[in-house]
Amino acid sequence: MIRLESKGEPSRLFSYLSPVLAMVLTVGTGALLFELMGKPAGPSLYAYFIQPFTTLYGASELGVKATPLILIGLGLSVGFRANVWNIGAEGQLTLGAIAGGALALAFYEVETPLLLPAMMIAGVLGGMAWAAIPAFLRVKFNANEILVSLMLTYVALLLLSYLVHGPLRDPDGFNFPESRLFHDSATMPTLISGTRLHWGAVLAVLAAGAIWLMLSRSMLGFQLKILGDAPRAARFAGYREPKLVWFSLLLSGGLAGLAGALEVSGTVGQLIPTISPGYGFTAIIVAFLGRLHPVGVVIGGLTMALTYIGGETAQIEIGLPAAVTGLFQGVLLFYLLACDVLINYRLRFGRRLAIG
Amino acid sequence: MDALTLLLLSVMTAATPLLLAALGELITEKSGVLNLGVEGMMIVGAVCAFAVSVSTGNAAAGIAAGAVAGAAMALIFGFLTLTMLANQVATGLALTIFGIGLSALIGKGYVGIAVAPLAKLHIPLLSDIPLLGPILFGQDALVYLSLLSVLAVYWFMKRTRAGLVLRAVGDSHEAAHAIGYSVIRIRYLAVLFGGAMAGLAGAYLSLAYTPLWAENMTAGRGWIALALVVFSTWRPGRLLAGAYLFGGITILQLHAQSAGWGVPSQIMSMLPYLATILVLVIISGDRAKIRLNAPACLGKVFHPAQ
Repeated sequence: MIRLESKGEPSRLFSYLSPVLAMVLTVGTGALLFELMGKPAGPSLYAYFIQPFTTLYGASELGVKATPLILIGLGLSVGFRANVWNIGAEGQLTLGAIAGGALALAFYEVETPLLLPAMMIAGVLGGMAWAAIPAFLRVKFNANEILVSLMLTYVALLLLSYLVHGPLRDPDGFNFPESRLFHDSATMPTLISGTRLHWGAVLAVLAAGAIWLMLSRSMLGFQLKILGDAPRAARFAGYREPKLVWFSLLLSGGLAGLAGALEVSGTVGQLIPTISPGYGFTAIIVAFLGRLHPVGVVIGGLTMALTYIGGETAQIEIGLPAAVTGLFQGVLLFYLLACDVLINYRLRFGRRLAIG
Repeated sequence: MDALTLLLLSVMTAATPLLLAALGELITEKSGVLNLGVEGMMIVGAVCAFAVSVSTGNAAAGIAAGAVAGAAMALIFGFLTLTMLANQVATGLALTIFGIGLSALIGKGYVGIAVAPLAKLHIPLLSDIPLLGPILFGQDALVYLSLLSVLAVYWFMKRTRAGLVLRAVGDSHEAAHAIGYSVIRIRYLAVLFGGAMAGLAGAYLSLAYTPLWAENMTAGRGWIALALVVFSTWRPGRLLAGAYLFGGITILQLHAQSAGWGVPSQIMSMLPYLATILVLVIISGDRAKIRLNAPACLGKVFHPAQ
């Protein structure tokens, strides 16, 4: 029997230690799991966590995958602070990809430096439009934003599937469900030649700085925190909850949309039925792992990017199924949530142990 | 069998997994716990039921395995939220992410295998009555179980002392604790029941609805079940109506696709998800009704020493 004893005030130490502890436990569980599946733990863990860094390409892929995770995680962490649960970032990412991609295809073979910025803006607006639906329905009709934003994710994926099978399909593509490949003006330039790392990574870091300023220096950031920690106090203070709900959802939707536009213009280079391997859902873990803090989100984004790359390497090198990635991500979040109890409580095991 | 009978039968088949999962979640929520991991529990239930069914050749063993697997998933959720006091929303999401990964791992060797669909009841004469026969006397065991469960849950909540205690725990955990009920133990039981029912729903999907295993085969049904609980305003009778309404919408869009009305199939497939949003909006807009019926402690952490 486990009993919990209040520490009186939250421990800052454990708030930082808990993600580290959770990661160590996840690696340990991974080793055990590999052994159970009949794969030697040592080489498997090497393939998962070390091998990606042995080449420049592998290391740069970390940035490629961390970019959308950080952008989305930043937006979600702002909402989670205020108890606004946007779970549909995957759908908002998809809408951003559709909006940005459709613009690229509409101006196919038009060479202009204005096209890329326009695509990014279209992506942001697409994501915002999709997030505006749960915001409107929560503010106006009290509808749960978790369920609405999640249902809209399925709708967005079906919409993308319809578009690449129909109106946006490559006319010379032998009926494959893909759009044309974007031309040069619609392709995000890379930071390092020979890799896929593009300028989106810089945008993600800039966004982290901007969100940090907003949360720590602005009245809005303070109001969001109060709304999440003490909703009654927020109401007495006269903070307008609808405004904060709108702000949280539009911000996280816009950033997810930007991530989507960046994915199609930088990483994928065309519209295909699956743009993201679940970045929108993984970013939820990124937000929690990063303690809902912008700097933490950057670290969390890099960490979760590693689980994707490690998963791919492990798939090729030792034939592990791709699903192991999702499994690890879930386990990591379990451990994190369990370790977080140590921020506020001390563990006491059973009666006898407590006395002795 | 005539076309109308077939249509009604397929509506029942589509509604059954929603009904099973939503009934379980209804009990969980009535105890004051919001488990958003229904999708994860359902898909692990589906793959375990299928795997056991294939390896033993026994459908009953498969169904039992589905329920046990769902309950095991719920136990993880219970430990984290009830013992370790973790945030219920975050834990539920983790359970879904974990469940989808785990199910794909377990199901790796079972892709592309088919099993015989769950046996349907056949009573000579009775099952052959036109229209009503196959609907009343020609279903499989889980359809009957889902309908019996509606009655059982209704009776439990309205007519038994245990049901009253469950509702008390959900409406005021402090008061229930003060008069000596073990809030945590009651919530564990409610969470486990929710998991077992979600597991059964999964088993129905992989053994009866489409008797095969495919990754992500639940396709958001766990989330629709969650929305149905809100739609029902936590009342089993309305839950039954809601599940059959959604079964109807699912079948309608499938028929419209095959009839080729010229609407692209992807657009038709959006219907159940859009209907879920519509239903949520209509029900949630009536704030007074929600406040009257929703468990007052839904989603709140309980620590007895506080």
